[in-house]
Amino acid sequence: MKQTRRDFIKTNAIAATAAIAGVTIPGVKEALAAEEKDEYMDVRWDKAACRYCGTGCSVLMGVKDGKVVASQGDPDAPVNRGLNCIKGYFLPKILYGKDRLTKPLLRKTDGKFDKNGKFEEVSWDEAFNVMAEKWKAAIAKSMEENKGKPVDKLTSRVGMFGSGQWTIWEGYAASKFMKAGLRSNNLDPNARHCMASAVVAFMRGFGIDEPMGCYDDLEHADVFVLWGANMAEMHPILWSRLTDTRLTKAGSEVHVLSTYEHRCFELSDNSMVFKPQSDLAIANFIANYIIQNKAYNQDFVANKVNFKRAVTNIGYGLRPKHPLEVAAANNGYSANDPADPEKNKGDPNKMDPMTFEEYAAAVAEYTVEKASEMSGVPQDQLLRLAKVYADPSKKVSSFWTMGMNQHTRGVWQNGNVYNIHLLMGKISEPGNSPFSLTGQPSACGTAREVGTFAHRLPADHVVMNKDHRAYAEKIWKLPEGTINGKVGFHAVLMHRMMKDGKLNCYWQQCNNNMQAAANTNQESFPGWRNPDVFVTVSDPYPTVSTIAADLVLPTAMWIEKEGAYGNAERRTQFWRQQVKAPGESRSDMWQVMEFAKRFKTEEVWPEEQLAKMPEYKGKTLYEVLYENGQVNKFPKQQVTDDRGNNYGNDEMDHFGYYVQKGLFEEYRMFNTAEGMPKKGHEMAEFDTYHKVRGLRWPVIDGKETLWRFREGYDPHVKVSDTVAKGAVNFYGQKDGKANIIFGPYEPPAEAPDAEFDLWLCTGRVLEHWHSGSMTRRVPELHRAMPDAVVYMNPKDAKKRNLRDGSEVKVISRRGEIITRVDTRGRNRPPEGLVFVPWFDESRLINKVTLDQTDPLSKETDYKKCAVKVVKA
Amino acid sequence: MGTKVSDDNPAGGTSQATRRQFLAEMARTACGIGLLGLGIGVYAQRAGALPAQALRPPGALPEEEFLAACTRCGLCIRGCPYDMLHLGRLGDGVPLGTPYFFARQAGCEMCEDIPCVPVCPTGALSHELTDINKARMGLAVVSDQETCIAFLGLRCEVCFNICPIRGKAITLEKEHNVRSGKHARFLPVVHSEHCTGCGKCEEGCILEEAAIRVLPKHLVQGKLASHYRKGWEEKAKAGESLVTPDLEHRYNLPEGVRYEHGGKGLILEKAETPAPSGPADVLNRGLEGR
Amino acid sequence: MASYSEVGKEAVQAKGWFGAYKWLILRRLSQVSVFLLFLLGPLAGVWIIKGNLSSSLLLDRVPMTEPILFLQMLAAGMAPAVDALIGVLIVSLFYLLVGGRVFCSWVCPLNWVTDAAYWTRERLGIRGGARFSRGLRYWMLGMVVVLSAVTGTLAFEMFNPVSIVQRGIIFGMGLAWAVILAVFLFDLLVAKRGWCSHLCPMGGLYGLIGQLSPLRIRADQRASCNDCMDCFAVCPEPQVIKPALKGAGKGVGPVILAGECTNCGRCIDVCSKDVFNFGLRFNNEEKVESLRGTTQQP
Repeated sequence: MKQTRRDFIKTNAIAATAAIAGVTIPGVKEALAAEEKDEYMDVRWDKAACRYCGTGCSVLMGVKDGKVVASQGDPDAPVNRGLNCIKGYFLPKILYGKDRLTKPLLRKTDGKFDKNGKFEEVSWDEAFNVMAEKWKAAIAKSMEENKGKPVDKLTSRVGMFGSGQWTIWEGYAASKFMKAGLRSNNLDPNARHCMASAVVAFMRGFGIDEPMGCYDDLEHADVFVLWGANMAEMHPILWSRLTDTRLTKAGSEVHVLSTYEHRCFELSDNSMVFKPQSDLAIANFIANYIIQNKAYNQDFVANKVNFKRAVTNIGYGLRPKHPLEVAAANNGYSANDPADPEKNKGDPNKMDPMTFEEYAAAVAEYTVEKASEMSGVPQDQLLRLAKVYADPSKKVSSFWTMGMNQHTRGVWQNGNVYNIHLLMGKISEPGNSPFSLTGQPSACGTAREVGTFAHRLPADHVVMNKDHRAYAEKIWKLPEGTINGKVGFHAVLMHRMMKDGKLNCYWQQCNNNMQAAANTNQESFPGWRNPDVFVTVSDPYPTVSTIAADLVLPTAMWIEKEGAYGNAERRTQFWRQQVKAPGESRSDMWQVMEFAKRFKTEEVWPEEQLAKMPEYKGKTLYEVLYENGQVNKFPKQQVTDDRGNNYGNDEMDHFGYYVQKGLFEEYRMFNTAEGMPKKGHEMAEFDTYHKVRGLRWPVIDGKETLWRFREGYDPHVKVSDTVAKGAVNFYGQKDGKANIIFGPYEPPAEAPDAEFDLWLCTGRVLEHWHSGSMTRRVPELHRAMPDAVVYMNPKDAKKRNLRDGSEVKVISRRGEIITRVDTRGRNRPPEGLVFVPWFDESRLINKVTLDQTDPLSKETDYKKCAVKVVKA
Repeated sequence: MGTKVSDDNPAGGTSQATRRQFLAEMARTACGIGLLGLGIGVYAQRAGALPAQALRPPGALPEEEFLAACTRCGLCIRGCPYDMLHLGRLGDGVPLGTPYFFARQAGCEMCEDIPCVPVCPTGALSHELTDINKARMGLAVVSDQETCIAFLGLRCEVCFNICPIRGKAITLEKEHNVRSGKHARFLPVVHSEHCTGCGKCEEGCILEEAAIRVLPKHLVQGKLASHYRKGWEEKAKAGESLVTPDLEHRYNLPEGVRYEHGGKGLILEKAETPAPSGPADVLNRGLEGR
Repeated sequence: MASYSEVGKEAVQAKGWFGAYKWLILRRLSQVSVFLLFLLGPLAGVWIIKGNLSSSLLLDRVPMTEPILFLQMLAAGMAPAVDALIGVLIVSLFYLLVGGRVFCSWVCPLNWVTDAAYWTRERLGIRGGARFSRGLRYWMLGMVVVLSAVTGTLAFEMFNPVSIVQRGIIFGMGLAWAVILAVFLFDLLVAKRGWCSHLCPMGGLYGLIGQLSPLRIRADQRASCNDCMDCFAVCPEPQVIKPALKGAGKGVGPVILAGECTNCGRCIDVCSKDVFNFGLRFNNEEKVESLRGTTQQP
């Protein structure tokens, strides 16, 4: 046993660690202090939004001789006031990993593309030629298949997987290319894995996306409730704000709900470890408690909300032949074709109106006894939680991220928490805030706001709505009826469709889905390696995805291009290009726009479409989409700051106009152009953002909005017959009323049984960003957190004759990984549950997870599946 | 033991040394050996000094005894499944052949079964150590608060997270960040009562030069004057005040004002907050019930 | 005595090359295999034996400890641990049986170095240098013990080239090469067979242990000796041969009884007349008589 453990550790940990330099022996260099030359004297400082999470810290980056040589937290930034987390501390290093990709790489044999060939360096020209050939063939096939179909029934065999880490204009350019140019709605961002459930819940509840509150809630709340968020590690700077309030504000409390004990429990006043999925019961119990005790805000309930009942038995987003889907009455797809909504088996999105009394009756079964029994949380703790919500004198902010969003009933559960806030009227005011945090730096700004989801168009418009399509076509100067009205393949469906040969070209930008998507062995990998599929991956670094790709495009990252992110509190932040990308790396936006030059309108649009605008005949998509008099409206200029420093802009140099500004200003038209079907996403002008530390939209007359929907705070709400001074109006809904939607408890898709006897929950760690493609190239971060371990309860370990450090296999019905047991680390699971982080590309936990999704949001539930852990 | 056979005369008989010559030779040999011994002794004294940053494996006897007991066999090194122990080689600056580790290079992983200890044939690593948490290889100290990024207000906490005696050997003291005004600082504090000196914190510290270091305990630890006791600890230990409990205090106070002795002090009682709308009375009754 | 390059030529002629080098080859094989055994673990992951000669663990069960370390430990004031006690008993018993200084010639890695130094010295015809008494090692041994007692540490182990070299081979050399070189140069230039045959206290201790060993070199055919002196030329401790080889007249038996004899067997190799053989220390008389009887037949 000893020897295997030793050998295992040798081959893994040590080898990996040794490969990374940077170990210093202490006490060697001394006495040389004081004389250090100030080589940082003539550094040029400029602001940027941090590359990582949705918090949106601002940083200052110091550039000298074309290289980032220094960094600091931005002391003037309202979010972080000069602070960083450990990842932010090392930001410059992520640009300079030794293995940056600098040339396009294509799999070839004997000088020609071969799916099974070896990667060879090719020119951009060759790369795009081969890629365009594949895409054109797939598009031709789709056009053949779409002949005679109405515009809301069109399908496409090409798709793109984008990112909540794209800059705003990259997402916008890609969305326009796919949706307007290629008429394909097969565009989805990795944000699908991240906060799609929050989005759907916003849309269902409020008719408009994104949180009503802002980070100032962190100072104004009396009580914080974490419903499935490990803010201590995943939103480090927000957590330090929350902690500060807890420390300095008398009477403040922190309640933490989770399926295992994590870092937030260190601050918690009421720590609740609940059984997976039982959070549905807990939320409904609180609603029930509020109603039973008549503590609800009667005026608010009478005038500001409608009650709805969600359709139940909606399945788990699995493949249609899965027994659970066969059994599901309302999963929305037929047994034959999950992509075809015409053969719907029920409609999972459906909601039936009901009365307050009916709602009260619906939640009545969730008594404290039942909630306690289902969740395993003691009754007094549940009551304590319910009471802080029910106490009208306490301001409560609820926070959640993946614990609630990556949930097969994530949309319901988001709604259930809104229900509590709405019953009490504790919403849209300082400190009273249901707050869905985002994981990615621009999940809000890019993935959500510019419409890179399979069903979305910019600024909350959707492809299913004819008016929205017409509005977008007008702004984009497209022939009427160009935009496809059928929802495209979402992230999980894309992999299935690739495996089934129905999606033939796939372009992944700015993320690492081979590592991120669930069920690698059965879906992702066979999909990508299907001989009928051509996969392009744009990335700055080699990743698990690039290894599985056919064409790899070297990509400029972060401040190697002018960019913008939108954080979780609706704050849009810009930065200028600070340095040049290495070698032949190009930004995602450059890649999309250059690739658009390869397509003539005739090759992608049928004749009847072209006949509507014959002037587009013979033109390239690049000309139609980007040289349309709007995007290319702003001529080339020198980018400068107010101190007279000059900055490069490689895209402007290449295309000959200020591309970023043109794209952003065109995107703004979605909230300024005449006849807009939806309001509420107003942005300031492009140039403003280069001067400020971000603005929280809606920005109207140069003023930002802190709390939405409330008169006085939100300029969209005016005093009227129905809206008193300081009252709310949920203007995303036609009647100004938010929906309280009852979502009951339904069991999880896969629970532990006799053989697979443990819950598996996956997640992140403070030291690494997502799949680690950037942070694992920082030696210090690697040393601080080298490998993904399986966090396990000591009793579970003992039962299996394991101990801390034992080498084990984590096995599910789908796959297994080998790792080591950690019984004393930062995460302390209860008996019966293990936790494995997913950042480690040498231990791909998604080989083990199940590709189950919330049927409404299509977001994967990475938090629950059944595994066993055995000695390796 | 004398000098029976001389080297240059392998086939010859015994030398015909006189008694005087014999004694002289004895004296010479003794002196020579004595000098050599002195030389080795002095050299050993110097070469036997352990540098402060070199730590012994778990269970090591106090350094002096350790140097008397360790046979330099390296069995502990073979016992370590993580290959983080080294045997002092000539030129390493560590007593020759003895086991050590530099925390900055790789700390002790604190295996529950402590495989390095039972293999020690001489007990230089004491076999009485069966609970790794009781090992004392050194003591961690946050040696530089100017560079530790936690003290700067950044969210790091690697030393805390990596510490195998989680939440005991290193705790995070949370305090208000006066500079930013909005954030908390999470400051690492080492507790000698629990710190084993495994060195994981120093290994993990993400600075270019670690701001937390593991050193021999005697170089790090302070000592209170022997007369002084921590009052709050004494009280907790006794379970009550060591002297007569305080009388109940009474105060002259206007209406709506309370004074909590030993607690919050002056309390200005707010008027009951009515629910902005809706009946709070039922709820409030519910709250008081618990 | 013939020049060094001539030594053993007769034996080669009489017994063939292999016959004239048999014990040397076996001895080298033994030295190599002992170290391969130790290196099998770190290099190939096959852990038959762990540790080094100072202390080791055979098959994860059997402890072994070097007597001189044990002695120093006791002198330094440490109570002996069970493993160390068992280990030193096993090792001592083993060498008690096969000959104490079998360690020196069959196991010790420094033997390569000192043998090479001697070979070079003789080839280059280097003469002179310091002269030490062969009893010096016992003084050294005494000094080592006293040093431990005085310093309270295993002070000699900071200096001991034997343990430095063997540890270097198993755990990494560091500057141990310098020690090898120093011993080589010492033996080459300063004193003939200076370390192993005069100074090494480990050899001294093993010599004492070996006083009682039953396994011995015997000059059973001493009557055939043609006085070629080759055995004296190759023997690291030539003083041990004479009593047994030339003692017939004085009534001394043919068994080499001195503890300093390393049982290396080189005398057997180089003797063209097969005077020497391995045997037991018992029957120090009769066998010789009977043999003499046969050989004296014309």
